[in-house]
Amino acid sequence: MAHEASTHDKHSPLKRIWTVFAILSVITLVEVILGIIKPESLVKTTLIYMSLLNWIFIVLTIVKAYYITWAFMHMEHEAKGLRRSVVWTVIFLIAYLTFILLTEGDYVFEVYKNGYIAWDF
Amino acid sequence: MEATVVRTGTEGKTWGGGSKSPLKASYGKMMMWYFITSDALTFSAFLAAYGFSRFKFIDAWPIADEVFNHFPFMHGVDAPMYYVALMTFILIFSSVTMVLAVDAGHQMKKSKVTLYMFLTIIGGAIFVGSQAWEWKNFIKGEYGAVETAGGQIIQFIDNNGKRVALDKVAKVLPEDRVEHEAKNGLWFVSDEASLTTYSIDEIKAGFQDSNYLVRTQKLDKNGAKTILSREESLAVINNQAVRVVEGANLTRNEYGAPLFADFFFFITGFHGFHVLTGVIINIIIFFNVIIGTYERRRSYEMVEKVGLYWHFVDLVWVFVFTFFYLV
Repeated sequence: MAHEASTHDKHSPLKRIWTVFAILSVITLVEVILGIIKPESLVKTTLIYMSLLNWIFIVLTIVKAYYITWAFMHMEHEAKGLRRSVVWTVIFLIAYLTFILLTEGDYVFEVYKNGYIAWDF
Repeated sequence: MEATVVRTGTEGKTWGGGSKSPLKASYGKMMMWYFITSDALTFSAFLAAYGFSRFKFIDAWPIADEVFNHFPFMHGVDAPMYYVALMTFILIFSSVTMVLAVDAGHQMKKSKVTLYMFLTIIGGAIFVGSQAWEWKNFIKGEYGAVETAGGQIIQFIDNNGKRVALDKVAKVLPEDRVEHEAKNGLWFVSDEASLTTYSIDEIKAGFQDSNYLVRTQKLDKNGAKTILSREESLAVINNQAVRVVEGANLTRNEYGAPLFADFFFFITGFHGFHVLTGVIINIIIFFNVIIGTYERRRSYEMVEKVGLYWHFVDLVWVFVFTFFYLV
């Protein structure tokens, strides 16, 4: 079994669990601190339609998602086929859906802003 | 009959349907993974729809720090983020106890599995309770606001930029307010089902005598809400204000766009429902552990499967936390 193989390599599962817990806690703490102080330089810098601070939050979230899936859900010990059929499917469809919907949302915003529709009367 | 069986010459290979199972996982575990895949797509569809609505009203969206700033036993203290950070830690920690239970299951240690499953259930229950408290605060609201004819929310502030609650603005008038009831006709109108604490006329009258200002939904380029001058404020209150809004529900939201409240209730509600079912399934497995079902089976794989579900709930929360409270 895959998990038995993992118990014999240099990291014991228990050590891995607590390491990942520490990583997740530190990332959450960093997110909360950034969310409270909201550094002005990060809020004002815009990178591809969003502030740099928002991009940092999203990247940190994906890092957290990686650790939860790989370490806590033992994805790292699953067969390559299972891992790819789950992870690639989800990543592709979410990226696609997000791109389509956010582009459309931005378009509707432009219509409200520049079009001849009275919606605040 | 044998003649009809097609021989491909690849029977021994994995892709030819050989004896080896290609994904090297039991049927139950594999199907739990595919359930999680589809559930992840459901949640991402909700969050992407939230993103759509937010991009649509990108210059007038409520500021999360102003909405969720309560902390237990600290009434009136502005404490954004702290409570939700605490909730996040509770859920991450219950994920840790769950993975410890799975690990103890691999080593066939029944008492340890029991303990860790118990701690996981407690963590989940605390989380659901915390979410209920968060909902209560959101539904009750804090300062109250006024809605304009165009459906915009306007809020009151004093000259120092501090928020002002409705009871400070309102001037009590000797008026006779009647609650609308279905038996008096217009049974389909549920809008005025319950009267707000103050009527719109009382707010208007009180506002004339004060020197308060009005804050609109529009965000300026620094991400702060636009504050109108005294003259503009008076014009808006006198000509456009139509309704008093207290708290948040599915049609109105004193913090701004009703869509914000709709998505908040729907997404955190759906997530909370997942936590609740997760706790219930964990309780079932917990009792199975106690009565020794998995000891007799010589395998704690059931604990691993519910563990997958439980971690998934944590995984979703990580994203909800980011998109509702941080971004």
